[in-house]
Amino acid sequence: MLNENQSLIFELSKEGRVGYSLPEIDVPDFDLAELLPEGYVREEAAELPEVSELDIMRHYTALSRRNHGVDSGFYPLGSCTMKYNPKINENVARLSGFANIHPLQDESTVQGAMELLYELQTSLVEITGMDEVTLQPAAGAHGEWTALMMIRAFHEANGEGHRNKVIVPDSAHGTNPASAAVAGFETITVKSNEDGLVDLEDLRRVVGEDTAALMLTNPNTLGLFEENILEMAEIIHSVGGKVYYDGANLNAVMSKARPGDMGFDCVHLNLHKTFTGPHGGGGPGSGPVGVKADLIPFLPKPVLVKKEDGTFHFDYDRPQSIGRVKPYYGNFGINVRAYTYIRTMGPEGLKSVTEYAVLNANYMMRRLEPYFDLPYNRHCKHEFVLSGRRQKKLGVRTLDIAKRLLDFGYHPPTIYFPLNVEEGMMIEPTETESKETLDAFCDVMIQIAKETEENPAIVQEAPHTTVVSRLDETRAARTPVLRYTKVEA
Amino acid sequence: MAHRYLPMTETDQKEMLETIGVQSVDELFSDIPESVRFKGLYNIPEAKSESALLKELKQLASKNSDTESHVSFLGAGIYNHYKPIIVDHVISRSEFYTAYTPYQPEISQGELQAIFEFQTMIAELTGMDLANSSMYDGGTSLAEAGMLAAGHTRRKKLLVSDAIHPEYRDVVATYAYGQSIEVVTVPSKDGVTDIEALKGLLDDQTAAVLVQYPNFFGQIEDIKTIGELTHDVKGLFIVSANPLALGVLTPPGKLGADIVTGDAQPFGIPESFGGPYCGYFATTSKLMRKVPGRLVGETVDHEGRRGYVLTLQAREQHIRREKATSNICSNQALLALAASVAMTALGKQGVQEMAKQNIVKTRFAKNAFENAGFVVPFQGSHFNEIVVKTNKPVSEINNKLLEKGIIGGFDLGRVYPELENHALIAVTELRTKEEIETLVAEMGAYNA
Repeated sequence: MLNENQSLIFELSKEGRVGYSLPEIDVPDFDLAELLPEGYVREEAAELPEVSELDIMRHYTALSRRNHGVDSGFYPLGSCTMKYNPKINENVARLSGFANIHPLQDESTVQGAMELLYELQTSLVEITGMDEVTLQPAAGAHGEWTALMMIRAFHEANGEGHRNKVIVPDSAHGTNPASAAVAGFETITVKSNEDGLVDLEDLRRVVGEDTAALMLTNPNTLGLFEENILEMAEIIHSVGGKVYYDGANLNAVMSKARPGDMGFDCVHLNLHKTFTGPHGGGGPGSGPVGVKADLIPFLPKPVLVKKEDGTFHFDYDRPQSIGRVKPYYGNFGINVRAYTYIRTMGPEGLKSVTEYAVLNANYMMRRLEPYFDLPYNRHCKHEFVLSGRRQKKLGVRTLDIAKRLLDFGYHPPTIYFPLNVEEGMMIEPTETESKETLDAFCDVMIQIAKETEENPAIVQEAPHTTVVSRLDETRAARTPVLRYTKVEA
Repeated sequence: MAHRYLPMTETDQKEMLETIGVQSVDELFSDIPESVRFKGLYNIPEAKSESALLKELKQLASKNSDTESHVSFLGAGIYNHYKPIIVDHVISRSEFYTAYTPYQPEISQGELQAIFEFQTMIAELTGMDLANSSMYDGGTSLAEAGMLAAGHTRRKKLLVSDAIHPEYRDVVATYAYGQSIEVVTVPSKDGVTDIEALKGLLDDQTAAVLVQYPNFFGQIEDIKTIGELTHDVKGLFIVSANPLALGVLTPPGKLGADIVTGDAQPFGIPESFGGPYCGYFATTSKLMRKVPGRLVGETVDHEGRRGYVLTLQAREQHIRREKATSNICSNQALLALAASVAMTALGKQGVQEMAKQNIVKTRFAKNAFENAGFVVPFQGSHFNEIVVKTNKPVSEINNKLLEKGIIGGFDLGRVYPELENHALIAVTELRTKEEIETLVAEMGAYNA
């Protein structure tokens, strides 16, 4: 059943069926031609589906069965922190007093929501070791760009608008250089050394009086802690640049090291990773930005403040602000979930989160090390990167290994990333997985390593059990079909 | 510590440390330099049990005045609409909401197909060739359209109508600053973009003209004329449109738009104090390879079965890095799913009927205000909002309305100094005749 062609909702449509229940019209009716200008009354209706409510539920239930989420099974997708999404978070975000309030209501009518946001800001200030946090950015990349715009404004305010270079390591996420470009900077890449860390010599070589900032993920995308962080910060600060912390991997260091204590001037967090906002199949996220005192004047407008009388207020009187980065005040619903999570875990819980995430990753790394190449052999943090180059020599690529994992009900690791590892597999178990789950996954990885030696075809031709087999991506890109078009009978 | 989200036991921990070959968990953190090590615990509130926390947060939520306990006439970009109950049932299926971006298509066909359907519905409503898988919101989507236009035309000036949502304009300005793009505001007259003024501003440096349809004042812009004028100088024409209104309005794609952006919030998405919403981005085939964000395309598998994949990824940051068309990575996929379900539930008939109800009820409100002696300064065609002039500050009137359980209209004086004592009143299909009459009567009583 599941691997039969799944109809599109448009193909289920039948003229005359409805799936809605609109209010009765209780005011005088008009002909639209009387109310709209000539030429502005739509002539051809939009071809939306005509289906009953049960048709809709069956359709989307069928689609959901063709989708793998954390609740379906283990999802060790590196750098994505696919931990359990607590159910209380969903209930809280749906409370009418949070879900059904308008962002432009008078502040006196939304003090509860503003209090929640303020308390979340305060917690994130403590967790990051920064001086102030804005909750406006909608996602990680949006936070990166917001922080870089603030760094730009800072340099300009100091008469140093010539600082137009942002340095990123070769192991950085693609969003880092892309965000730098959107903020109007040029990107300079700094190399990693043989230990998988930023090459200090190369960093010294690329810095200069045009350096605006260094963007750094710590632990980096190899899951390794940049132990020379203070020296790196010093190199950047000595030439007048700012140091930016990409918080994608914060799950690795909570209660162990704070960006603000490591010499960073600003940080973005991914509340949809470390703080359990669900990923939603690609979003929404929330990407708060924390800053040290000298960047506070440049925070995006408005800034949420607590007044002396204990009430909360959106402050627009910020003459040096970079302006608005998003309508209203950020992805509130995700911020509510993150706050609920922080309150559920408390200080001891968050410490355990990091300890168990790191313990789980190191355990898996040691179990798998005999069977796959481990390019950087030292304690990892929340994730580690294996190389499939041993398997590649036998004709099995990392892509094949990933597809074979699908046959066992697992989401594969992040593959071919970071770019400085050949045939890379980046594995992040998170702290919410049990030892039994880790062992079962490792057993399957070991089995695949053996299959690679004994019966490579079964790996090369995988997956064998999914609703579709490997899809023709070249065809999709060469002759793009990006929407359904009705075929006339 | 034992916690319901943390399955680690002492036995597990002991066995795992043995396998790793270390004595303690602390050893695993030995690479963090002593001088930056955080010692102790965060100074944040202690953990609470599930029931106690839920109780506390319910109390916090109850401090807010919501649209269930109040009758709302507040719009200004975000509306209190009919939300088919089925929407929340679909997006609560955790196979959808606990998944990441569909990087492994074989086990993500559900999400990919749902997005493909979303792209189709947005393309249908806007009358464009194609749409992407979503943007953060209507404001950032409009800004990205402006950036695309500047890159495509190699020009550095955007003409932005001042009848566009003020917060959207602010976001465009922030993005434009980053790209060293000039933003010139086109004034409005009688609540619509001043076409004569626009003519004077258009030149061979104009990358794009940006307007809103219906605009911030609820009025229907003459986008056909504005599009023609824009194309005369070879700029791109960008329309930020309410997709619900497109159920009955001629789609921008039929009137010369090169890019249509907006927010699908009217389709099943709660007001949620500012987000998450669902930005959309629709354009022509010609600009397909410059679109920001993710696109889902149809293809086949090895056995010839139809399937869906993320496609044209050479545009995106994970491949192109600093040369990407945008830095966007996470988008608003779950809200795109919500909007798809709502658009499906409404369907071909419902979207027209709901859009029409908004127009007709707003017309009723307009007549009621005028009959009560209020001035409605902008007399053009409207969708679901009108501007009402008051004799007293709008904030004062709104405070009085709150006492009657009514959330009043947006105070336009907050962002348009010339519109002090003007309220922007939104009337959706959810407002009844009686509620509208009560609003007019209460406002009339305080306005005297």
